[in-house]
Amino acid sequence: MHRESIPRVVTKLLFPFLLLFALYVQFHGELGAGGGFQAGVIVAATLILFGLIFGLRAAHLVAPPWIIETMIPLGVLIYGGVGVAGLLAGGNFLDYFVLDHDPVHGQERGIFWVEAGVLITVSSTMVAIYYAFAGRGR
Amino acid sequence: MTLQHLPALQVVVPLLAAPLCALLRRPTLAWAWATLVSWAALVIAALILTQVLTTGPISYWIGNWQPPWGIEYRIDTISAFMLVLVTGIGAVVMPYARVSLAAELPADRLPWYYTMYLLCLAGLLGMTVTGDAFNVFVFMEIASLSSYVLIAMGPSRRALMAAYQYLILGTIGATFYIIGVGFLYLMTGTLNIADLAERLPLVENQRPIIVGLAFIAVGLSLKFALFPLHFWLPGAYAYAPSAAAAFMAATATKVAVYLLLRFFFTVFGEAYPLPDMAIPVIWIGLSVAGMILASVMAIYQDDVKRMLALSSVAQIGYITLGIGLDSEVGLTGSVVHLFNHGITKGALFLLVGGIALTTGTVTIASLSGIARRMPLTMAGIVIAGMSLIGIPGTAGFVSKWYLILGAIEEGWWWLAAVIVASSLLAVVYMGRILEAAYLRPAPPGQEAREMPLSMLIPAWILVIGCVWFGLDTDLTADIAGRAAHALLGRAP
Repeated sequence: MHRESIPRVVTKLLFPFLLLFALYVQFHGELGAGGGFQAGVIVAATLILFGLIFGLRAAHLVAPPWIIETMIPLGVLIYGGVGVAGLLAGGNFLDYFVLDHDPVHGQERGIFWVEAGVLITVSSTMVAIYYAFAGRGR
Repeated sequence: MTLQHLPALQVVVPLLAAPLCALLRRPTLAWAWATLVSWAALVIAALILTQVLTTGPISYWIGNWQPPWGIEYRIDTISAFMLVLVTGIGAVVMPYARVSLAAELPADRLPWYYTMYLLCLAGLLGMTVTGDAFNVFVFMEIASLSSYVLIAMGPSRRALMAAYQYLILGTIGATFYIIGVGFLYLMTGTLNIADLAERLPLVENQRPIIVGLAFIAVGLSLKFALFPLHFWLPGAYAYAPSAAAAFMAATATKVAVYLLLRFFFTVFGEAYPLPDMAIPVIWIGLSVAGMILASVMAIYQDDVKRMLALSSVAQIGYITLGIGLDSEVGLTGSVVHLFNHGITKGALFLLVGGIALTTGTVTIASLSGIARRMPLTMAGIVIAGMSLIGIPGTAGFVSKWYLILGAIEEGWWWLAAVIVASSLLAVVYMGRILEAAYLRPAPPGQEAREMPLSMLIPAWILVIGCVWFGLDTDLTADIAGRAAHALLGRAP
């Protein structure tokens, strides 16, 4: 048995709920407080908590560094890609009105993907910073 | 259809190419991608320039939100001219960068370098095309943050210290700028540059506006290293990788000067003429101090890159001098010198970077007798050096000619004499390089070799540019004249 069994068990129990809460914050963003940035920080906090309790190596198994390093530019690309999608759909750059037949739905759809891009980049950047600091001593 | 989206594509292409470049991870692949994007950006800039010259300023509504509520990209003669300079330097430096950077950086950092370079390019282009004062700040941060990283990647450990110094002063500069914009927003309720220009006359002679102007002027002066605010520059350019130093010396400070022109003339020009604000006096004083003192400091440098960087501070003095003259001829000189100094200093940094490839740091002592080993490189330095001094037939002469004309037009003969005197100081510091390279004997065991063609050709393109734009002033001086005319608000 490990000496720190309480933090370990609690972390395992909390893990799915923290991620679920992140998703709630992500999708609730357009209606109230929240959004991609906050949700991204919660996702990253979940992974950092996991890393603190179970060690860096376990965290690397859950979220391999190469995936994290790929996610950082990927989120930016999704964000910018929404702008380019507006361009391809016949509007100006960053024009979300043309993304759907109904302009309001178009705006909604544009924001959805922008927030998705923010979530991906913010969460992976935070985790990458943690990996960089935690990996320094080794 | 695509033509109408050129203003957005000018920024979006390098901006989105940067994260793609980060995904590539293979040095050669990342280099090829960044080079391709740089050339695409140059093509876009050239198309924009021809469009602006034939049909007048372009306005582009980002997200189809109508200005002044939405962000507007607005390109007139001077911004199109700046776009061509920035992308042109980028397109010339990139082919050079592959060999030079491979020698200076560890291989695993190269893809990150190209990513940061593309971000820096996107930021500089964004600062130029945007017609929104806050948007300028956003792009300024993109360009600055990426250039801190570019400098910190330099081969010696001192690069970190230089990047840190630049980070602190650059951040103060950007903060001052945004505080100034905040004051303007407070008084006018708008961030759109054209709208600001329209509304400022309504709030004439209010103290917050003047404070705002002061913050913007000092903030931007820090960014382009006006004489007493230049301390970050020599270290930053001396320790950055050679390709980064050449790119930034030729573009980064120039774009900040462009913004200053924008604010001084487009935004404030009508409601707050510069002479009323006593700006010309301060401006000419600082410019002259920079031209003389920075040149004198350059004479005493042993590190050649530091010498060139200090010479940049002096050359910035010429550019701001033209602004202080507040006349069409003076301003033409300023705008033309933005371009001419860009290619001249770019050429010199590329050539010195080639010497650094074999000798490490380039000091006056390490140059001894190097002309026999690297005749083409040194010949390039001679020609670019002549352009720096301003010898007739070179690009540098054209801009200094306009500045001297501007000074004489005001009846300030002493100022014309100062310009000539400062040029003579340039003869001294360039002379030190040439004396060491041509007249001193080579130390035994010197292993310097001519740099590879992939570096020599880009450097020589800029060297030829120094002569070309000295003889054929149609492109540069004409466009600069039109830009100056438009800036001073006399029907474009």
